[in-house]
Amino acid sequence: MKPRSHNWKIACLPFCVVGLVVSLVAWASSSPVAISPKAPALPEDNSIISTVEQVDQVFENQWSEQGITPTETTDDYLLLRRLSLALHGTIPSLEELREFEAMQGADRIQRWTLKLLEDRRFADYFSERFTRAYVGVEQGQFIIFRRDRFKAWLSEQIQANTPYDELVRTLISGEGLWTGDPETNFITSAVADGNLDRNKLTGSTVRAFLGQRIDCAQCHDHPFDHWKQSDFEGLTAFYGQVEIQVLGVRQNEELKYEVEDRETLEKRTVSPQVPFLNECLPEKGTLREKLAAWVTHRQNRRFERAAANRFWGLIFGVPYFNPVDDLPAPTDLTESDPDVLDILGQDFRENGYDIKRMVQTIVASKPFRLSSTSQTDDSEQIERATDAWALFPLVRLRPEQIIGSMLQASSLKTIDQNSNLFMRGRRFFSEIDFVREYGDLGSDELNDFPGTIPQALLRMNGEFARDNGSASMLNSVGRVSQLDISDEKRVETCFLVCLTRLPTSLERDHFLKQYQTASNPKQREKITEDLFWALYNSPEFSWNH
Amino acid sequence: MFDSTFLSTKFNRRDLCKVAVGSTLSFMLPGFDLKAAQKRGPERQKSVIVLWMGGGPSQLETWDPHPGTAIGGPGNAIKTVVPGLQISDMYPLLAEQLDGMSVIRSMVSKEGDHERGTKYLKTGYRPEPTTVYPALGAIITHETPNQSLEIPQHISMGNTQFPARGGYLGGHLDAFRVQDPGKNIGNMRAGVESPRQNRRLENLNIVSQAFQKGRTIQTKKTLHQSTIDRALTMMSSEQLNAFEIEKEPESVRKAYGDSSFGRGCLVARRLVEQGVHSIEVNLSGWDSHANNFTGHQTQAKMLDPAFSSLLKDLKSRDLLDSTIVLCIGEFGRTPKINPLEGRDHWPTGFSCIVGGGGLKGNVIIGETDPTGKEKKPTEPVQIQDLYATILQNLNIDYKKELISPIGRPLALSDGTPIEKLI
Repeated sequence: MKPRSHNWKIACLPFCVVGLVVSLVAWASSSPVAISPKAPALPEDNSIISTVEQVDQVFENQWSEQGITPTETTDDYLLLRRLSLALHGTIPSLEELREFEAMQGADRIQRWTLKLLEDRRFADYFSERFTRAYVGVEQGQFIIFRRDRFKAWLSEQIQANTPYDELVRTLISGEGLWTGDPETNFITSAVADGNLDRNKLTGSTVRAFLGQRIDCAQCHDHPFDHWKQSDFEGLTAFYGQVEIQVLGVRQNEELKYEVEDRETLEKRTVSPQVPFLNECLPEKGTLREKLAAWVTHRQNRRFERAAANRFWGLIFGVPYFNPVDDLPAPTDLTESDPDVLDILGQDFRENGYDIKRMVQTIVASKPFRLSSTSQTDDSEQIERATDAWALFPLVRLRPEQIIGSMLQASSLKTIDQNSNLFMRGRRFFSEIDFVREYGDLGSDELNDFPGTIPQALLRMNGEFARDNGSASMLNSVGRVSQLDISDEKRVETCFLVCLTRLPTSLERDHFLKQYQTASNPKQREKITEDLFWALYNSPEFSWNH
Repeated sequence: MFDSTFLSTKFNRRDLCKVAVGSTLSFMLPGFDLKAAQKRGPERQKSVIVLWMGGGPSQLETWDPHPGTAIGGPGNAIKTVVPGLQISDMYPLLAEQLDGMSVIRSMVSKEGDHERGTKYLKTGYRPEPTTVYPALGAIITHETPNQSLEIPQHISMGNTQFPARGGYLGGHLDAFRVQDPGKNIGNMRAGVESPRQNRRLENLNIVSQAFQKGRTIQTKKTLHQSTIDRALTMMSSEQLNAFEIEKEPESVRKAYGDSSFGRGCLVARRLVEQGVHSIEVNLSGWDSHANNFTGHQTQAKMLDPAFSSLLKDLKSRDLLDSTIVLCIGEFGRTPKINPLEGRDHWPTGFSCIVGGGGLKGNVIIGETDPTGKEKKPTEPVQIQDLYATILQNLNIDYKKELISPIGRPLALSDGTPIEKLI
């Protein structure tokens, strides 16, 4: 009978392995635990307000010039939803709604914004957005490219509020191993088929940090812009001395940057040169350090404007100028008035390229607070108002926002770094699965495409929707069904949990009638399930508005 | 943004759908008289089936064997029914069915990376960061829409990392993915019984209407409702039968082989009969950096029965004349055999089989160097030329320019049709 004593140990082994994997995944999917911050008081020096006023003034002028009446300001609930979606990639939880309701004072939205910015979910969510802009969505060649490390590193920087210019300089000029110095994955992401594609680096540097598409100029002079092929080559030459070795990304001063002439097929050496603002190029440093200094130079207005446009895009779902990385050249400010990006950019520069401050400014601006409903049914008027930011645009949520919202709506409590391991693990896996099946929008995510049939099918009939929408002890569907509250409160709670608003009287009556027919708790559960199903599948759930 | 009106106008049959939804009344919708198989003559709409060999098969162990040479390795070749055409002896069934098909042994690409190569080979355009090009299947769907279909017009079957995308033509032209063909098409069944489903839809209607208030135009533009309607129509459509192979005789199912790929090929035939124009069937696992020869044997055991049965079936049903079949992967493999008995990536000089749909058959184009020293094959064929050929054959003006989201005019293909195939 000797083996018997071993049997139970062997039997336990799988459980141990599962336990270990679950804990590792939960650990990997989480951020360092920090208690959810309380909404802080606003700082004494509230210089943001004057910037916001300047931004608003530009819009006011534009509206009165074009004879457009902006829509009304929206209510606080909806603002809360917009803020959570923009800053955390999810809708607010019932718990958060209650906390907000308990807050007093006219400045509570501003204070709430600060709270969201301090929450780790902001850094985690924005790091994914930045990662897409900088290195795309592909997992790439695992051995020398670690997207996960890169994203985690960015998240740390955002959480610590590293100045944006410093962050960009590190990306362009970083050295070391992609695992230990994750910023270097910016460089190694350009490795394809064993070779470092320097052209790709130039293209993404200029697109991500300067908001210009010069990729076409790689092969020929840009067809309808002023970029020349020589500009592209000159910029690429700054990456001419970067090398990927066993010890990681490093500079090799010996290297010369050569290109093959397309016609003669002869090689010629290209020396580094910038297409404009030559005076901003420093004398000292490695080639990449020089490039980094030039890109982020205080006089290089393209840098701050590109940042402002991207932040605007992330917050509204639509960039101020579309596409996000193809901005018009900055105008001469001695001759024309600054536009919105100029104002935001200047504030950014003068306040230490503070990412969180930029976000605060944009969400405090008037356009962010306008309603998405209008009085008119005239499509031309609506289009004009939308183009002028006099009407909050309807924007389709990203797959991560949809799954994030579905998960959040399935729980009455906030799902964040303080949630239990099970919840965090579930979020981690569900998100990966759902986004894969839903179809990733790629790095093109700020372009607006209509939803697809498979997505509708997934939301209506998918496994996740079924699990989440079936009442259980743990989820909100089950909890709301069982709570000892009036049916009216029940309907209200469902709407608050899913859509962050109260039902209209028509909606209230419709669902109340259904609850009145319920003769036992089981039926009540089914009615709640059906109500949740409708809310999950409504346009309101998967569109920001 | 573009073409959204196309969807909203042509599919605006919400009321009809409401009647059809949740019941079996979908026979009220038009469409069943247009099955491709029942149409004869030039009016018959053409379809394309792409057999996608993910990972990049070796040309030397498929359609371009060089037996008895150093680069050929241990492989042998067999004769086919096409005069002068020999292929690897791992494909005895296919050798019998190749009549009417052509082989190109000189495909050339500049992309030696799986992802970039796949994107190039699926779209005919080299990938670039600022434009997502539509796959061949998306272009075909866009240019020759079949209005009578209730199921998607662009379908990709089998597991693949990089399915065919709609690119700048829009996400609605992404291939509808069926992970496990012949078994389960996923998310197609409502979670609850019919009366409850109706209550859910009624609920949805109430909530949607509330949202629409003050946003009529904007919500219409989202196409949310029409997308849901189309999904519901699909859920109750009889055309879904095309996905079910239980109705096929067992001998037929056996002939295709009991693999995901085999089932996918059988479903592909059924979809063509239903009038679907763009189908992709994926067979991955060709990335043979090690054990190239045994690896290709494993693959051949799935490819040979499925591909040959598909051709046989299409011919016997008089469908090959209206169906182009293209078997291709993202690149070929090195003539050099590496120390792991494997072959590495080789984007210059790889092979594909193409034919049907009115293309000239039994043509052999190009050859690779039997010594492996010469990198370039004779008569090199560019990817875009192959796609221009296919599009022209489908009566699609391949030179037609569409405007990309950034306002750049882009031709459907910037290749030139291959003379020898038309």
